[in-house]
Amino acid sequence: MRELQRYLHELIDRVVYLQDIKGENWEGSAYLLEDLKRLKENFFQISEKDCHHLLESYEARLKILEDRAAKELTPYEIVKITRNTQRFTLLDILENVYDSYTELGGEGDINVDPAVVCARAMISRRVGDKVYLHQVIVIGHEKGHGEEFRNGGSAKPWGNEKALRYMRVAETEGIPIHFYIFTPGAYPIEDYPGAAQQIARNLYFMSKLRVPTVAFISEGGSGGAEAIGLADIRLMASRGYYSVISPEGAAAIEGKIKEGERPPRELVEFCARQLKITAEDNLRLGTIDRIVPEPPLGARRNDYQFFKRLRYEMIRATDEVVLRTKSLKAFRSYALRRKKEEENPPDEFDIYVRWDLSEVEIEKLLDLRSRKYRQMSRHVLGITKCSFRGYMEKTQDVGLRLYHDFRYGVLKQGQKMIQRVMEDLSGEGVAFLKQLTEPLKTAYDLLGTRPRRPKARVVTMEEALVDLPELYVSPLALEDRTVTCPNAETHGCPDIWVPDLYGEFCGVCPNCGYHFPLEYQWYLSNIFDAKSIKEFNEDIASGNPLGFEGYDKKLALAKKKTGRKSAIITFQARIGGISLIVAMLIADFRQGTVGVAEGEKFIQACDRARITKRPFLAFIHTTGGIRIHEGTLGVIQMPRCTMAVREYIDAGGLYLVVYDNNSYAGPVASFLGCSPYQFAIRSTRIGFAGPRVIRETTGEDVPPDYHSAENALRRGHIQGIWDRRELRKKLYEALLTMGGQNLYYK
Amino acid sequence: MALDNRKINQLLQSFRANPYRIFVVVTPHTGYLREFLVKEGDEVKGPSGKWLEKPGTPLFILEREKNPKTIRAKASGTISKVNRELEGRFVEAFEPVLEIKHTLTQKEIVAELLRKTLHIVTAPEKARYFLSPELAKKIEKEGEGRVVVKPGDELAIMSFMKRETPVLHEGPPMVVFRVFFSQGQMVEQGEPLFGLCLEEERPYVEKLIARVKEEWPA
Repeated sequence: MRELQRYLHELIDRVVYLQDIKGENWEGSAYLLEDLKRLKENFFQISEKDCHHLLESYEARLKILEDRAAKELTPYEIVKITRNTQRFTLLDILENVYDSYTELGGEGDINVDPAVVCARAMISRRVGDKVYLHQVIVIGHEKGHGEEFRNGGSAKPWGNEKALRYMRVAETEGIPIHFYIFTPGAYPIEDYPGAAQQIARNLYFMSKLRVPTVAFISEGGSGGAEAIGLADIRLMASRGYYSVISPEGAAAIEGKIKEGERPPRELVEFCARQLKITAEDNLRLGTIDRIVPEPPLGARRNDYQFFKRLRYEMIRATDEVVLRTKSLKAFRSYALRRKKEEENPPDEFDIYVRWDLSEVEIEKLLDLRSRKYRQMSRHVLGITKCSFRGYMEKTQDVGLRLYHDFRYGVLKQGQKMIQRVMEDLSGEGVAFLKQLTEPLKTAYDLLGTRPRRPKARVVTMEEALVDLPELYVSPLALEDRTVTCPNAETHGCPDIWVPDLYGEFCGVCPNCGYHFPLEYQWYLSNIFDAKSIKEFNEDIASGNPLGFEGYDKKLALAKKKTGRKSAIITFQARIGGISLIVAMLIADFRQGTVGVAEGEKFIQACDRARITKRPFLAFIHTTGGIRIHEGTLGVIQMPRCTMAVREYIDAGGLYLVVYDNNSYAGPVASFLGCSPYQFAIRSTRIGFAGPRVIRETTGEDVPPDYHSAENALRRGHIQGIWDRRELRKKLYEALLTMGGQNLYYK
Repeated sequence: MALDNRKINQLLQSFRANPYRIFVVVTPHTGYLREFLVKEGDEVKGPSGKWLEKPGTPLFILEREKNPKTIRAKASGTISKVNRELEGRFVEAFEPVLEIKHTLTQKEIVAELLRKTLHIVTAPEKARYFLSPELAKKIEKEGEGRVVVKPGDELAIMSFMKRETPVLHEGPPMVVFRVFFSQGQMVEQGEPLFGLCLEEERPYVEKLIARVKEEWPA
C-alpha cells in the first residue's frame, strides 16, 4: 500500500508540474488532478487491486497529456519549466553526477551568499576495468527547491566574489572547473563589491583562467549568467533558456508597461519567442556548443537517467577541452567524436584523458579560448573569411603589426635597453667618483667657499597641453531662454541663460557644478586635437540578427536620425600630440546599447590599439546596456569584448574608461567595469540596473542618488570624477602618467 | 508661564478653534503666471517618499525668460484660496499666489505643544551624543518623565573626534520629560536633545498629551 501511496503522490506531482507549465485548466488536467485528489482522500477505502488499476488508468491519461504538452511547448513554457521548483538544481547535480563533494565557503543558509555554491568534487570514469577519479572545482548557482534564502539563484555581488575566489583556487591547484548556471539574473545591488563591477572582474579573470572550464546552462539570465559563463565549452540543457533579459522584463520595455503593472501574457509569450532563448535557438546562433538532452518536459530532481547523461557530457566536454591543447590527440579526439550521437550515454569510456596541463598546453588553451569568443556572433555581420577585402585587411593588419613591432618594439626596446645600461653605468660611476671626491669637497667647503649647487633639472619633460584654437559650441546654445538647474531647490542655483550655459559654461551650472547633458559632437570637437580624428570601421552596421518583429523600423529610424550605422564610433585621434584609439558609445543611437556590430567594432579598436601600441579610451556618452533585440548575440559581447580588453591590458597598454550621462548594465558589467582606470564626468549615473528593476527585484526602494558618480566613487567602482571643462587636460595627464610600459610614447 | 488646567484648556482651545496651518505659496521670482493647475478645494500633496524624492502636486506655471517652471506644493492640504486675477499677468517675486490649508495631525499638534510647554535643550554642535551614565541609569530605573536634574548635573556627553564634552543642565531643577536622541546618535547643531519641564508641570504636560491623543485620533 505504501508503494501505491508513493505512486499516487508522484502522479499528483506530475499533474501539478504539468499545470505549472501549461496553465491550470489546460486540456482537462484540472479534472485529472481532482480525480487524483479524490483518490487520495478515499485511499484507504479502496482495495489495493482497484487502487492500482485506477492509478494506472490515471497515469495513462497523464501520459497522453504530457506527450501533447511536450509537442506544443512554447519558449515561455520552457522558461516556466526552468523556474519550476521540481526542476533539478546544482545540489542535485552534486549529489548525483559527482562521486563525492565538499562544499566550500558555505553550508545551506550559513553562507556568504546561499545563491552561489562552490564545491570541491570528485568525478569518476570507468575505462575497461579501471576507475579513474578526477578532481574538479564546481561553481554554480543554487536555486533551491523553493527555499527563500537561496534567492532563486540570484547571486549577490559577494556571491560572485566568492565564485572568483574559488576560480583562483582551481587555478593555483591546476584543476578544471565545472560551472553550472541556474540564475534568473544577478541581484542588482550596488553595495560593495557592486553587481556590475564584480561580474566585470569575474569575466576579466575568466578570460585568461589557466585551467580547462566547462559551463552548463539551465537558466542563463543575462549578466548573472556571464559572471560564471566564460568557459571553453558551453553546454546547455535542452529545456533550459539563455537570454539577454527575462521575457517579462522585455515585455515591460516593449509594451512600455508602468511600474507595478504586469505585462499581458500574450506580450510576454511574444517576447519569449522573439528573443530566441531556447537551447536550439542558441545552438543555431552559436552562443553555446552543445545541447544536453532532457526528458520532453524537462528533467526533475529524480531523473537519474538525465544525471547519468550530464555526468557523461561533462566528462566528455572536459576531455575535449583538454585534448584540443595536446599535440598527440588524433585517436582520442576521434573516439570522443564517435560517441557524440549516441542516444544513451555509455557506462564506460573508451579513453582516459588526464586533465592537468603543461605550460605550453595552458598557453594553447588560452589562445583557443580567445579565438572561440572572438569568432562568436561574427557570422551575423557577414564578415566572410575568404573575401578579397578580408585578405587585404588581413595583409594590412600584418603590415601594421610588423611596422609597429619593429618601430616601437625592436627599435624602441633596444633604445630603452641601451638607455637603462647607460643609466646604470653612469649611476655606478657617480657613486664611485663620489667616494674619491668627497674628502676634497669637504675640505674645499671648509675653506669657506660657498658650495656650488647646480640647478635641478627635470628628468622627464612634460609638454604643456596647448589649448584648442577654437571651441565648438553646442547648437543647444542657440536658444534665447533660461533653464533651471535641477539642484536649484537644494543649492539655490539661479536660472541660467542658455547661450551662456551651453557656450561659455560648457553645460555646467556655475553655482553647483551640475553637468547638463551635451551631444557627443561636443566631446569630439573639444577633447581631441583639431582635425586629428580619423574614424575607422564605420561600415560595420547594426542589424536585426534575430528578426525581432518591429525592430527593423526602429533601427532604420536610428540610422536615419544619426547618420550612423551603429551606436559606437571608433577612431584614432590625438590629445596634446599623443595618438590614441577611441571607442565612443553614443546616446543618440538606440541609447548606446551594445549589439554584435558595436561589440565587433570595440574589439577591432582594442586590437588596433594593441597592435599600434596606442592608449585605448572608451568614452561612454551613454549606454543603456546590451541591446535586447539581439538576444544572446548581444550578451555574448560581454565576454568577447572583455577578452579583447584583457589581451590589450596584458600587452602593456593603457585602457581608460570615461563615463558620461548614464551607463548601465551589460557593458558596465564587463568590458567597461574591468578597466583599472574608470572615471566619470560629474553628474553621471553608473550602475548595473536602474531603480525600477532594483525595486521590482529586491522589493526595496533606492535613494534618488543611488547611482550617482559620487556614490560610485564612494563604493570604489570608479577612480575619480572629472569636470567636463577639464576633460582634455585630465585625459592628457592620464595618458602621460598611467598605463603599462608598452605604449609607443613611453 | 506656569502650566495649569486653565492654560491647558487655552492651548487646546486654540488648536480646536484652528486645527490648521495655512501655507501661503508665493512666487519664488518674477515672471508671468501662465496657468493655474489647481482650483479652490483641490487636495494637494507635498513631497513624499522615503527621501522626499517624489515631488508635490503641481500648483501653477511661472514663466521667466521663456523658462516655464512648475511650482509644486511643499505641504499637503486643501487649496483654500487662489489669486485668479494673477493668471496671465506679470508678477513680482514673493507675491502670494495661493494658500494651502493643512490640517494638523496628532503628531504635529503634540510636537507643537511640546515646543510651547517644554524647555528644549538643543545640540550645541554637530556631534555624537550619549546620555550621561548616571542619568541613563536613573531613567532606566524610574522611567522617562520621572527623573529630576539639578543645575550643574550632567545631561549628556557630546563626543566628536575622541573629544568628549559634557552637556550640563542650567536653570532650576527640572524633570527630563523627553529624550530626543538614541545612544550614540549623530545630532545636527541646533536639533533638540532633551525636553525638560518643572516638576509641578509634569502632570499637566502628560494630561495635555493624553487629551490631544483623545481628541485628535492618529
